Amino acid sequence: MSAGVSESPSAPGREAEEAPSTWVELGLTDHEYERIVELLGRDPNGVELAMFSLLWSEHCAYKHSRKLLGRLPTEGERVVMGPGENAGAVDIGNGHAVAFKVESHNHPSAVEPFQGAATGVGGILRDVFAIGARPIAVLDSLRFGEPTSERSRYLFEGAVAGIGHYGNSIGVPTVGGEVYFEPSYEHNCLVNAMCVGLAKTDAMIRSAAAGPGNLLVIMGASTGRDGIGGASVLASAELEAGDDSKRPSVQIGDPFEESKVLECCLELLDRDLLVSLQDLGAAGLTSSAGEMASKGGVGLDIDVRKVPLREEDMEPFEVMVSESQERMLAVVEPSRLDEVVETCERWQTGSAAIGEITDTGHLRVLDDGVEVGDVPVSALVDECPLYDLEPEEPGGWMYGNADTLGEQVALSAGRSADPSDPSHILCALLGAPNIASKRWAFEQYDSVVGSRTARRPESADAAVLMIPESDRAIAVAIDGNGRRVACDPYAGAIEAVLECAQNLACVGAEPLGLTNCLNFGNPEKPNVAWQLDRAVLGLADACLALKVPVVGGNVSLYNETEHGPIYPTPVVGLVGELPDAAAVPGLAPNDGDRLVLVGPFAPSLAGSELAKQRGELDSGLPQVPLNEVDAALRLVRELVRSGAVSAAHDVSDGGLACALAEMAIASGIGMDVDLDALVELRGGSGETNLFGEGPGGIVLAAPDPKELLERAESAGVEAVQLGSAGGDRISIAAAERDVSVALADAGRAWRSLDQRI
Amino acid sequence: MIGVIQFPGSCDERDAVAAVERVGEGRLVWHEETDLSGLDGVVVPGGFSYGDYLRAGAIARFSPAMEAVARFAAEGGPVLGICNGFQVLCEAGLLPGALLPNEGLRFICRQVQLVAEDFTGPFGGSIESGQRLSIPVKHMSGRYFAPDEDLDQLESEGRIAFRYAPGENPNGSVRDIAGVINEAGNVIGLMPHPEHAVDPLTGSDDGLVLFRALAGAQQAATA
Repeated sequence: MSAGVSESPSAPGREAEEAPSTWVELGLTDHEYERIVELLGRDPNGVELAMFSLLWSEHCAYKHSRKLLGRLPTEGERVVMGPGENAGAVDIGNGHAVAFKVESHNHPSAVEPFQGAATGVGGILRDVFAIGARPIAVLDSLRFGEPTSERSRYLFEGAVAGIGHYGNSIGVPTVGGEVYFEPSYEHNCLVNAMCVGLAKTDAMIRSAAAGPGNLLVIMGASTGRDGIGGASVLASAELEAGDDSKRPSVQIGDPFEESKVLECCLELLDRDLLVSLQDLGAAGLTSSAGEMASKGGVGLDIDVRKVPLREEDMEPFEVMVSESQERMLAVVEPSRLDEVVETCERWQTGSAAIGEITDTGHLRVLDDGVEVGDVPVSALVDECPLYDLEPEEPGGWMYGNADTLGEQVALSAGRSADPSDPSHILCALLGAPNIASKRWAFEQYDSVVGSRTARRPESADAAVLMIPESDRAIAVAIDGNGRRVACDPYAGAIEAVLECAQNLACVGAEPLGLTNCLNFGNPEKPNVAWQLDRAVLGLADACLALKVPVVGGNVSLYNETEHGPIYPTPVVGLVGELPDAAAVPGLAPNDGDRLVLVGPFAPSLAGSELAKQRGELDSGLPQVPLNEVDAALRLVRELVRSGAVSAAHDVSDGGLACALAEMAIASGIGMDVDLDALVELRGGSGETNLFGEGPGGIVLAAPDPKELLERAESAGVEAVQLGSAGGDRISIAAAERDVSVALADAGRAWRSLDQRI
Repeated sequence: MIGVIQFPGSCDERDAVAAVERVGEGRLVWHEETDLSGLDGVVVPGGFSYGDYLRAGAIARFSPAMEAVARFAAEGGPVLGICNGFQVLCEAGLLPGALLPNEGLRFICRQVQLVAEDFTGPFGGSIESGQRLSIPVKHMSGRYFAPDEDLDQLESEGRIAFRYAPGENPNGSVRDIAGVINEAGNVIGLMPHPEHAVDPLTGSDDGLVLFRALAGAQQAATA
């Protein structure tokens, strides 16, 4: 788990006349405190209470989400590691596995975007190399308020720079990602980072501690008071509340230290010197040691005086909960300790034996040999009360609406432009922050280090990485349009999975495994509970239909402020495999190519970017024909792999018109398209067919559409001929709502985001 | 055998070895190694050596391996510095000029077009003047700078190796300079990453020409 001190619930309110109890200030309820007393058979002391308060937080215990997460399918024949380990992993043949996980760092990023985002990347990298995989790619999923807000621009700029700083410095390429700007994230931005790693399957390592008498070794950076978060209440109590006790709770990242620890850990694993390995993230030593002991069914004695410190006079509880970055915890056989220490010294990184595995089943905290805390591991890790949600469907659209289309049209098509003219609407949508090119952001990321990146950002729908070790390639995508989930949490969550699956199909990749990060508001509020409940159900149904196992993930709740909750935002990361990176088409059709729309895509303006711009958002999305979409994706995958298509792009934000325009911009070649056949097939207005959104639509380009159409017919997948690539204008006829835009104007609008940052 | 220096914090050293191995043999050289005998050439690779928190390359120049590289270069051994390696070679005084933070003050990763200048020495021999190369840049501090009189001298001595093609200068480098050579012509440094341009599948294989030059430099020098 990555750090995220403030991802835990804020302390519940208390009667004004009564001084709040220490445990309430630490975020525990009276009921939870009573449970702790019952489990221990006595009152916990300060050290113990600090440990419980963090491990029983939502962020560590998943107490409002664990019951729901049980619905997600986790089994699959390619699964090597599933949920519960530091990261999930799937087999990709030839003795290799791909490990991956996505995680949030939302609240730290809202406080200090650069370090919040940087340490988010650092945390997810550690999760991946903790199982013995070398990180080979990072993707990120970002959500901010509208860029018209100065604060949103500041957060966006800081988060992008922070992600770049960490990833670039450590030499792991950032190969993809996505950004949405919506008012609901104005006061609570989202920064989710996903890491993908490559491991030899037989060299992977789990985190379960084992072998009483074995040593617990902390490696990497020293431990300071940074990121003590909720436990600073205890610091105030014990240190007699001074300003210096209110330490900043956002951690500071040091990618150079992480780079050394990473290389050191991979060498230690390669030489088979470790019994188990775990990173230190949220709740620091307490969480890592507790989880290792719990999984191994053993006890642990930790002497905090042996932990290398960067500050003097740290209290034992501070050492136990510090969230200092770039630290790892390993179990080592005593006879191997010298070799481990020597290796760490050679990599110029720290190491110290701080404790021992026991058979007591207790986590004992010692201070220079004197016991200062003693709790049963099971009480700490497994006995946190789990809560049932009390879902209640909201009566209608919970979020605001604002008509910004006129403004957007004026920005993209000039002051005299007409917001009802479809040509001007197309330019406005291409220039809308959610749809416009994110080149400004991704050029700040090293996307090429590692020599695997066969498709860089915006050159195809999914990033493609070569894996010569197993003689194939993998494709990775991350997505999750919160606005559509807000309209309909069930259908919207299905769409998030399908969007990723469509991106993978466009590069010919078959999904192997999924990771997700559930970013929601306060689950104790019935309407948010309903969003969470419905969205998890949607994720589960989509994964079952596509036969994709969920191998890991993360939950970030309480993303709300006095201005209300964020859009419910399940971010989905999908990893797939393909036989040959050389056969992957990009987004750009060749001159004269025919364009064909494949799949059951039924355009609707509900929840669309156009509906947002017009201030017409409302609850409800059309139902998703899951099985038909699945069939279409299989067909697209086969067509792409066979080399029959020269370009592929899925229909997403801004509908078919924007998808076609993006292909034209990528190729520098215009197109002549007639949507009347689609209008006839699907019904709806010309405008709905131009700008309506929905899952299950992929535009393919090929010199001769005959093979495409025949294979679609025999697969029972709908295919509609749209037109052909050529000329220097984007011309789309759609039931009298005709679009005609010069390619140069469309390109200018699409590339306009950097002028707004 | 070509040696690729590995500092703590290096990022592109494995990619550089892989690029070298497309034209010959290569191995990593740990930053504490001081014996470079047996090497036919050295690559000082990209990355963030020792974290680069002070100033890019400022600490790496004092590493034991860099002292050995300085002796290797003084004896005529061919040395290729890429990105952070170029910064280190400038800090070490093996190449003229300095690399300042990018004009836009942001990290830039982008495929750029380079034009080879007319330069001599073991590297110049195998790269044609006017040849255009498509190679990615990725750096925070890549803005080449030297005083005007030094630049005039470098130009008159044919020591500009590469310039960014017109309109391609990503960082504000003076006179569009992307790479330079030393007086003897056996040390070359450039900001773009030829080791990330050795396979058309990852964007281009235009960078191979530099590794061929490096592998052939020793023979060229002794011929």
